[in-house]
Parts: sequence; C-alpha cells; structure tokens
Amino acid sequence: MVGDSGQKHPASVATLVLGLFNNVRGVHSMKLKTIGAALALSAFAAAPALAQDPVKIGFISTLSGPAGYLGSQILDGFKLALEDGKLGGVPVEIVAEDDGFKPANGRQIADKMLYDEDIKLFTGIVFSNIAGATVPDILDADAIYVSPNAAPSVFAGEGCNENYFVVAWQNDSLHESAGQNANNLGYKRAFVLAPNYQAGKDAITGFKRMFEGEIVGEIYTQLGQTDFAAEMAQIREADPDMVFQFEPGGMGIAFMRQYQQAGLLGEIPMVVSEPSIDGVILDALGDAAIGVHGSSHWVPDFDNEANKAFMEKWEATYDQPVTFYASQGYDTALLIASALEATGGDISDMDAFRAAMRKADFDSVRGDFEFGPNQHPIQDWYSLEVVAGEDGKPMLKTKEVILEDHGDAYSDQCKM
Amino acid sequence: MTLFLEQLLNGLQLGVMLFLMAAGLTLIFGIMGVINLAHGSIYMVGAYVGSWVFLETGSYFLGIPAAIAAAAATGVLIEFFVIRRLYERDHLDQVLATFALILLFNQGVSMVFGLQPLFVATPELLSGSVELLPGLIYPVYRIAIIVSGLAVAVGLYGLINHTRLGMLVRAGSTNREMVRALGVPIGLLYTLVFGLGALLAGFAGFMAGPILAVQVGMGEQILITTFVVVVIGGVGSIRGAFFASLLVGVVDTMLRSYLPGFFREIMVGPEADTLAAGLSSMGIYLLMAIVLLIRPKGLFAASH
Repeated sequence: MVGDSGQKHPASVATLVLGLFNNVRGVHSMKLKTIGAALALSAFAAAPALAQDPVKIGFISTLSGPAGYLGSQILDGFKLALEDGKLGGVPVEIVAEDDGFKPANGRQIADKMLYDEDIKLFTGIVFSNIAGATVPDILDADAIYVSPNAAPSVFAGEGCNENYFVVAWQNDSLHESAGQNANNLGYKRAFVLAPNYQAGKDAITGFKRMFEGEIVGEIYTQLGQTDFAAEMAQIREADPDMVFQFEPGGMGIAFMRQYQQAGLLGEIPMVVSEPSIDGVILDALGDAAIGVHGSSHWVPDFDNEANKAFMEKWEATYDQPVTFYASQGYDTALLIASALEATGGDISDMDAFRAAMRKADFDSVRGDFEFGPNQHPIQDWYSLEVVAGEDGKPMLKTKEVILEDHGDAYSDQCKM
Repeated sequence: MTLFLEQLLNGLQLGVMLFLMAAGLTLIFGIMGVINLAHGSIYMVGAYVGSWVFLETGSYFLGIPAAIAAAAATGVLIEFFVIRRLYERDHLDQVLATFALILLFNQGVSMVFGLQPLFVATPELLSGSVELLPGLIYPVYRIAIIVSGLAVAVGLYGLINHTRLGMLVRAGSTNREMVRALGVPIGLLYTLVFGLGALLAGFAGFMAGPILAVQVGMGEQILITTFVVVVIGGVGSIRGAFFASLLVGVVDTMLRSYLPGFFREIMVGPEADTLAAGLSSMGIYLLMAIVLLIRPKGLFAASH
C-alpha cells in the first residue's frame, strides 16, 4: 500500500474531490432546535379543558454560512410574534431546520417533515432556488406554504397555488421599485448585476420593467461568489450613471466592500433594492454606505403602531441590527396567528384556514397590506437613503412613496 | 487596454492566493501522499484567528503572526493526531477522515465565533486605491496581496532549492521510500512540511479577510479551485503549483469578464448570458480536463 500510494493519479483525485464537494455543504445541515414544546406543555397543565396538541410549523431556512443571518433573522422575527408559545391563542411548535443553502437539502427536509412528522404548515425559505425545489413538494402534499421571503415568478403567474401565500413581495416587484427609484433620481445609464439564479433573473427583469433609461452593462455573477474584482473593472470601464446590484447576504457585503476598495463608491452612485443594503450589510459597511439609494416595503423608522411595537420588542430581545427579513418573519407569524385565531387552531379544514389567511387580518409592520388574486402582497414601496444617524452610525431613512398599492406583473396570469 | 490590464492584475491576485493554498497542498500530497481536504479549514482558522486579533487589537500587522501561528499549530496538531495514522491507508480513508475534520472545524468555528461572518476593514496603510497607469486605478490592498504572494513564492523557491530541508522535501516528493531508507527522520519531515503548508494557508486566509467575508465554510470555496491547481500543476511540484495558480487565476478572471461580451456578439437574448455564466464557471475544469488529456500527470509532474 505504501509503494502504491506513491503513485499519484491526478485525474482520479480530481474526480474524487469534486464529487465529494458537490455535496459538501449539504452534509453539515443539521436539526437546530425545537422550541415551543415545553411552553405548550405548560399550557396543557394550566388549562386542561382547552388542551390541544400544538400546531407544528415547519421552518426550513438558510441558517448557516454567509447567508445564514438571513434565515436567522426571519426565525428571530417570527419568534418575536409568539406569545407564551402561542400564535393567535393557539399553541404552536416551531420545527426549524437548516437547508445549508442547498436546494436538495430543503426538499429532503420538507419530505421528512411532511411524511415523518406530519407537518401541514410551512414557512421559512430565504432563497428562490431552494423554494423552487422545495415548495412544489409541500403543495403537492396539500400542505400550506407561507413565504416570508423568496417569491420567484414561477409561482406568481400560471404556477400560482391556493396553498401558497407570500408575505414578503413578489421577487420582481422588489426590484421594480428600484427601477422606479432610479427614474425618479434622474439616472439614464445603468449597469446591472445579479447572481445567476431565479431571483437574480427576476431582479434584473423587475428593474428593467420600470427603468426607462439605457442598460449599459448587464452581468450575471455566480451564486455564492465573493470576489467581484473582475466585475468592478467592467463597471469602471462602462462608466454608467448608476449601478444597480442585487447581491443578497454575504455576497452583498463583499460586493459593497470591494466597490468601496475599488474607489467606485462615491464616484458612481448605487441604486439598490432592499436586499443589497439590509441592516447587517449596513452594519458591516459603516460610513462607506452613506449616500446609497435604496427602495423598500419596510424601513425600521416606519411610524406606525405595529412597527413601533415590533422595533421595541426586537431591541429588547436581540442585540443584532434588525433587517427587513426579520420584519417579514414577524409579519408571517402575525398572518399565521390571525388565521389560527379565526379557525381556533384547526388546520385540518383547509378551506376555512385558507379563507382566513386570504383576509390578511393583521396589523402589518409596513402599514397597509392585502393579498392580490395570486396571494402575493399588494403594498406601498418607499425610497430610502443611507444617512448618518444621531449616534453617528449609518441608518436607513425613509424618503417618499414611489409605488402605491403595487402588486406584481404576474397576478393576472394566475387562475385559481 | 486598461480594462485588460486590470483584469490581468485581478487574475494575478487570484492566482497568488491560490498559490499560497496550493503550495502547501501539493507538498502534503506529493511528499506524504495524503489528500488533505482539511487544508481549507486551516485557511479558515487562519482567517478567523488573525481577523479576531486584528479586530481586538486594531493592528493588522499583529494579525499576521497570530494567523500564521494559529494555522501552523492547527496543521501540526492535525498531522500529529489524525493524518499520521493515515499515511499507510487508502486515499478514500484519508478523504473520509479529513472530510470529517472539515465538518468538525466548521461546527467548532461557528460555536466559537458564531454564524455571523466577521468583518474586517482593510488596514489604514493599505486602503484606498492608486493609479498605476493613467486610467488604471487599482486597490492598494490587492497590490499588497500580489506582492506578498510573489515574495512568498520567491522565499519558497529559495527554501526548496537551496536548503538542506528543501533538498529533503524535493527528494521526498520524488522518492519517499528512498529518503526513508537513507535514514532521514521522515516523521519529523512530514510534520514540518505539514506545518509549513498550514502556515501558508493561514496566511492566505488572513489576507483574504478584508476582501471577502470571514465566514464558516470559506475554506471549501477556495479548496476546490486549489485542487484544480494542484492537479494542473502536477502533484508534488511547487513550480507547477505556481504556474498553474497563475494560469487558473488569469483564465478564470478572463473568462468571467470577456465571455459574456463574446456571446452577446454572436447570440441574442438572455441565453447569451446564461451560456456565458455557465461556461465561465466551468472554464477552469475544462482547462484541467484539457491539461490532463495532454499531460496526464500535470504540467510539471515530479518525475518518478
């Protein structure tokens, strides 16, 4: 064996290593935690007459890796809406698992939750590519999926489903607001970048749908890419009026930092949609982010009762910066709570539960909220700018409404 | 032209980073015949410890010794407790054991530092950008990476070709059995080589910190490309690793920057972008396949 291993076969080593790494991120996905069960038990002890099994909510999300904070924020926001382990007075149990940013994992977890744990209500997915692989299985099993984030166009038009609700937005509309914002700011020549996956394509489509100027450069980066030097050089060469980039999570942090290091920040303005300038990215960038233009359906400084309550609870509970992901998790929980309350926690009668969900009878942290015909939100979009806050740290400041009661471009293709 | 030069620099910078990783990996593989998948974890450990020291003390230059010391120590410990038991075993056993190490390190690091990435700024001295040629503005930090990477390459060249240790290393990568038969304490040599490789990986990880995010799993991203470099360069050859690193770095960067434009010339619509993005991410693997077809042992294989 010793003499044998002295003979190296590069080709076979390459195959071995590449094959293995195809699955490397999937393996360390693991069950995170099951919360709420203990609380539900104490409820059982206190009020035996009203005793009922907790409603299990399958929470599949990206909780590790560079984009791990996205899922954690949604989960943290979701948990904030729980009162004594209950949503709408009904005990719930959140079964959270990490998909490790791998579509195959999401699907596997969903199957396990559907068939082994008999879960009928799902939420949590951050990324559209994971939603694309996971959601159809959930819907086929006649379970309900409430999206706190990803909303690819494929599920918004002809592919819509009565069991599929989206609390966040439809992917395109997230970026349509950025396109409109760029028009309002008077930019004529835009350079656009997004990762090469469904939500990235939706982003560029959405931006272009509204943007009236010229696209001078369009790049699809790799999903998970962290070094953007080559892209920076191309942006500089194209010399646009503005850059629109959709790089969620860790990719966005790397992008913004390298944009700054390349000396482009301050030279070429950036107009982005919310995922490229969320609270965590802002925290990581510091002063460098001041002056970036954004657009969003929710900004931490919103002046409504529901949002004030949410922000107060957030600051009292967590010491990390809040992002819109958390607000979406919170709204998702409120929506589920409203439907559980209306049905008394009985999700076996799907028709009644869906009808209760459709009403969207909850106070959203973003103010007005209702569902369109494809069960995606109709809501207002705001422009915002990164400014220096009172404590000197950069913060997101709401400027004005740019799109009012805005739905999405696919809802009229939806036949339910 | 400036764009081309800038992309060339970008390719060079990526290549230099890959070289720091590949140098260690190719030595470990070439001399000990061990496939060390945990090399990426050492890179991560270097990045985390160095960045942590940098964040705590505010001094980037204190971070460097911290990163390389932590990485070298981790490397020596891994060699002593795990790899040493694997020399006589099959490649598959080595892959399994070092893969397990990846999982342990990823989980361990996330327990110590949390799931949130660490963010470090570029040090004051190396921040900003300079105009190298009229119109060619380049970040100072990336220039610093290129310069220090090339310096390490020169240092390694000296070490491998002009010292007694280097002679043993070269001998070991060519004929390990003979080196042992001649009475060289091969165990010590193995530990030293492993530590040296780990040290370089830790240095690379720390330098990558201010550009990329320091995060769990950062090692796997670069490790795959590093293996491609090792295979193209020829297993066990530092010289091969050097040229293959630069080749892979430049080819990868150039494909990413010029392929979409090329496809848009000959095709219309979004298919051009999809095809270009797909092909450019495949590029280095195609390169590897072509090299293996022509030179099955890589470009600069250590002779047997």
